[in-house]
Amino acid sequence: MTAFPPVPHVAGIAAPLLRANIDTDAIIPSREIKGVGKTGLAEGLFAGWRYIEGRTPDPDFILNQPRYAHAPILLGGANFGCGSSREHAVWALHEYGIRAVMAPSFAPIFQGNCVRNGIVPVVLDEGVIAQLGETVTIDLLAQTVTSGEVTAAFDIDAEARAMLAEGLDAIDLTLKYAAAIDQFLAADNTARPWIYLEAST
Amino acid sequence: MFLHERTGSVALRSLAAAGRPVRDPARVFAVTDHIVDTLPGRTGTLVPGGDAFLAATREETRASGIRLFDVDDPDQGIVHVISPELGIVLPGATLVCPDSHTCTQGAFGALAWGIGSTEAEHAMATGTLRMARPKTMRVTFTGALQSGVTAKDMILTLLARHGAGGGKGYAVEFAGDAVMALDLDGRQTLCNMATEFAAMTGFIAPDDRVFDYLKGRRFAPSGAVWVQAVTAWRALHSDDGATFDRDISIDAATIEPMVTWGTSPQSAAPISATVPDQASSALTSQGYTQALDYIGLSPGQPLAGLPIDAAFIGSCTNARLSDLRRAAAIIRGQQVAPGVTAIVVPGSMAVRRAAEAEGIDRIFIDAGFAWRMSGCAMCFYAGGPGFAPGTRVISSTNRNFEGRQGPGVRTHIASPETVAASAIAGVIADPRMARESIAA
Ligand code: SF4
Repeated sequence: MTAFPPVPHVAGIAAPLLRANIDTDAIIPSREIKGVGKTGLAEGLFAGWRYIEGRTPDPDFILNQPRYAHAPILLGGANFGCGSSREHAVWALHEYGIRAVMAPSFAPIFQGNCVRNGIVPVVLDEGVIAQLGETVTIDLLAQTVTSGEVTAAFDIDAEARAMLAEGLDAIDLTLKYAAAIDQFLAADNTARPWIYLEAST
Repeated sequence: MFLHERTGSVALRSLAAAGRPVRDPARVFAVTDHIVDTLPGRTGTLVPGGDAFLAATREETRASGIRLFDVDDPDQGIVHVISPELGIVLPGATLVCPDSHTCTQGAFGALAWGIGSTEAEHAMATGTLRMARPKTMRVTFTGALQSGVTAKDMILTLLARHGAGGGKGYAVEFAGDAVMALDLDGRQTLCNMATEFAAMTGFIAPDDRVFDYLKGRRFAPSGAVWVQAVTAWRALHSDDGATFDRDISIDAATIEPMVTWGTSPQSAAPISATVPDQASSALTSQGYTQALDYIGLSPGQPLAGLPIDAAFIGSCTNARLSDLRRAAAIIRGQQVAPGVTAIVVPGSMAVRRAAEAEGIDRIFIDAGFAWRMSGCAMCFYAGGPGFAPGTRVISSTNRNFEGRQGPGVRTHIASPETVAASAIAGVIADPRMARESIAA
C-alpha cells in the first residue's frame, strides 16, 4: 500500500513565514476541524492569520499574495509545529499543496507526522534559510537544497528519507516483523505480567 | 495505549477503512473528554460538528472491542488524569496516546508520550512504534520551593530560562530534592508541560509515593504480582553517576510564582516582574511585536495588577484534587471580583466527587465560580462555548498560544493558586499576598 504520493523532489516557490514557534493551533485552529477524517482541512489552514472578519482573505498574509498562493514549500522559524499533536496540521498543509517545510527545527510529533504524510521536513540553519531565493529545489535523495547560487546539505533520518521518497506505508514495513513482535511480547508477558493484566472489575 | 474522541476517532476510522484490525484491543483504552459538554446535566457536545466525533468514537471502539470511558461513565475525565486514577499507567510501562500531553504520565516512571494519529494507527495495528532513540537530559531542581510556589512555577521557570525548544530531541528526567518532595499531583503538573519544552517526554523515577498511589487501583496488579511488580519498579532509576547528554540544574529556592506575558509558554516571568523589553524577551523583534499586539501589553508594564476578565481552573495540567484544594484555600469565604467570569472544571469525575465530599465545590460556588463536569472544556477552543474575543483570562492550563482559548482570547498561564487569587482580586495577583491577607 502506498501511503501518499512519493516526494523524492520538491521544487517551486518557497513562501516565507519566518516566525518561531508556529504552533499547530495556528496551522489549523481546532474550530476548523469539522469532520472525522483527514480531508476538508485546506480551507482552515492558518485560518486565524489568513482571514479577517467573515472569512475575507487578509491581503497581508503571505499565502494570500498571488505569487505565493500555490507555493509547494513553506519556510518557517524554529520549533515549527509545536503544540498539540493534531495531525490535522499536516493533513491541512498537504491538502493545501505544501510538500516541504524548511525550518531551523521542528517539534518532534509534527516532524514525524510530516514523514508519514508526504511532507518533507527540511532542517536548515536560520542563516541558510534567509539566503534562499523565491524558488527552491529540494533533492531528497541527495539531501540538498538549491536556490539560485545557494546550495546547502541537510540531514534526514534514513528511514524517513526512504518513506518519503517511495511513499512507503510504515505499518506495512513493520508488519514484516510480526513474528519478532510476537516473540518479544511473549517474553515480556513472562517477565512483566502486570503489564498485560485485565482489570479486576 | 489511550485514545480520545478528537484524534482517536480519526485513527480508528482510518484503520477500519484500511481493513486493519487492532492487534490487542485489551491494551487500548478510550475516553470522551475533549469536546464533551461540561455543563451540569450534559448529554453530548456543544461543539458544532462534534457529534460526529463522539459517534465515530462510540462506533469504532465498539467494533474493535476497545473499552470506552464515555461521558456518562463515573470514571470519565481528561485522558491523562484518569489513566493514573484507574491504575492503567504503571512504572516502566510504555504508554502512547495521540495527544501531546501524554507525557504527564511520566510522573509514574512510565515512558509515556504523545504521537500523531497515523502513528496511533501504527501502534494499534502492530503493537509497536518506529522511532529514533531520544537523547537524554536531566533537569535537577535542587533545594526546596518557597511556600506558595508550585510545580507549575517550576516548569514555567524551566521554560522561561531554557526556551520552548530547549528539550527538543530529549527524553527528560526530572530529578532533585524539590521534585521528589512533590506529591503525585505536582509531579504530573511538572511532567505535563515537558511537551511545551519540545521534549519527547518527561519522567520521574518511581518511588514509594508512586507505589502507594497505585496500590489497589482498578487496573493495577494485586497480590503476588503486585509484590513482584514493586520489586521490579524499585530498579527503575538512573544509576548513581549516570551521565546525560545534557544536564540542567535549577535552584528551587530561586523560583517565584510565574505568569506568562506572551503567546508562548516560554514567555513567562515571575509575577513581581514587568513585561520584558525585546532584548531580554528571547524573541525576534517581529515575534515580540506580534506577541505583545495580540496580548495587548507594552514593555515595562507590571504583570501583577493587570485587570482580568476571566479565571479558569481546569486541564490535565492543574485540575486534580490537590490543585482544587489549594485554590479553594485561597478563595474560602471570599467573592470573585465583580465582572470576572470564574470557572472550575475538575480533571475527572472522580476528582469532582472527591472535591464535593470535602465541600470544596461549596467554597467555589459560594465565591461565585461555576462548578462544572469534567472534560478539557475551555483549555482549548473547538468552536463551541468559549471566551469572547479580547477576553483576558488567567488560566491554570498549559498553552497561551494565539487563539488557543478562542479567537482573540488573551491567555495568561499560572498556577491554580495564582488563578484563584487573581479571580478574587480582579487583577493578576500574587497568591502569597492573598494568603497573608487571609492570615491577617
Ligand atoms: S486538558 Fe487541554 S491540554 Fe489537556 S488533554 Fe485536554 S485539551 Fe489537551
